[in-house]
Amino acid sequence: MKLLTHNMLSSNIKGVANGFPLRIEVEKATEKQVELNAGFLRNVFPMIEWKALVDAAQLPEVADSSMLDSDFLNKFHHALLELHLEKDALVCPETARRFPVSQGTPNMLLLEDEV
Amino acid sequence: MSSRPELQAPPDIFYNDAEARKYTSSSRIIEIQAKLSERALELLALPDDDVPRLLLDIGCGSGLSGETLSENGHQWIGLDISQSMLNVALEREVEGDLLVGDMGQGLGLRPGVIDGAISISAVQWLCNADKSSHDPRLRLKAFFGSLYRCLARGARAVLQVYPENLAQRELILSFAMRAGFAGGVVVDFPHSTKSRKEYLVLTCGPPSINTSVPTGKGEDGESCSEDESSGDEENQTVSISDRHRPRKRQKITKKGKGREWILRKKEQRRRRGDDVHPDTKYTARKRKPRF
Repeated sequence: MKLLTHNMLSSNIKGVANGFPLRIEVEKATEKQVELNAGFLRNVFPMIEWKALVDAAQLPEVADSSMLDSDFLNKFHHALLELHLEKDALVCPETARRFPVSQGTPNMLLLEDEV
Repeated sequence: MSSRPELQAPPDIFYNDAEARKYTSSSRIIEIQAKLSERALELLALPDDDVPRLLLDIGCGSGLSGETLSENGHQWIGLDISQSMLNVALEREVEGDLLVGDMGQGLGLRPGVIDGAISISAVQWLCNADKSSHDPRLRLKAFFGSLYRCLARGARAVLQVYPENLAQRELILSFAMRAGFAGGVVVDFPHSTKSRKEYLVLTCGPPSINTSVPTGKGEDGESCSEDESSGDEENQTVSISDRHRPRKRQKITKKGKGREWILRKKEQRRRRGDDVHPDTKYTARKRKPRF
């Protein structure tokens, strides 16, 4: 699971006011090679919750779109698309409910009483 | 398959490992899925600027549809309820991120982050209550509500569906509209039982030139064209026609074995030395069905 996806996911449990961002419990993480596409990064930048990405990866604390030059773009690209979480879980920030992650796939299925 | 998959078992049980295998081994299924995905992507009408987008694949299953998205350069997130099907997708090493989830529980994505959503042959599963705790209407509401929220302004959702009947189609459409979507149904090849495919093309945000519903394929033999100039198709343009399903009783014309084949077989057996009736004018004569 890329950090891009993690940046979009929120806990859907009933009664949770703010399920974002999900805390990451890393047991295994990998890196994959992804081709850099500046257009995509520029487009997606406004939609990213920067703080959540910073917490998950190593990036400068504050960022805005004027900073999108090639050096920063590389770091952004690397953090967003190339780091992969393989195991272990995503945790809801409010209820501490664990959504297990295996083979890079989070299981977001809610139990009946959480819907 | 004697009846609809939706009536046989809940999706996470129906799409078990054996069924999931078909999605890797059957070239026919692969071809159909690829075509449907290409068409859905086409209907998504993303800006033609070669910039990859972040898309959602609802009911991504074995990742066939997602691969079409990747081939077109986009990033995507796929959601499916069946772990078996997702395992197939993992084997194929799809580029999109996969989530195990139930669309009827809501998509769980932040507002306004998705540039477009497609779904191939999945949304009709919401109409069946697979558990006693399921209420299809609540599930449809949760799905469409969360879908509307997570789409960016002006983004589209294209859902290819197989509704069981008119009522189901109406149900799905009504919940989509209630969630705030505009749009309609595009039907490709409406007169062919086999090739007929329905796509719900839903748009988010205020109507504009971009929200006119394209014409379906096959109506005048031409491929669809985006009708930019017509402004009156902003609201639902639903072409409702019930799908004629071939009745199970319908006899498939047998090719039959023919006289020549029978004579050949009898000759073979004679050569082998078996006792065979002599060939007469009655050989291979068509008997009454009750024979």
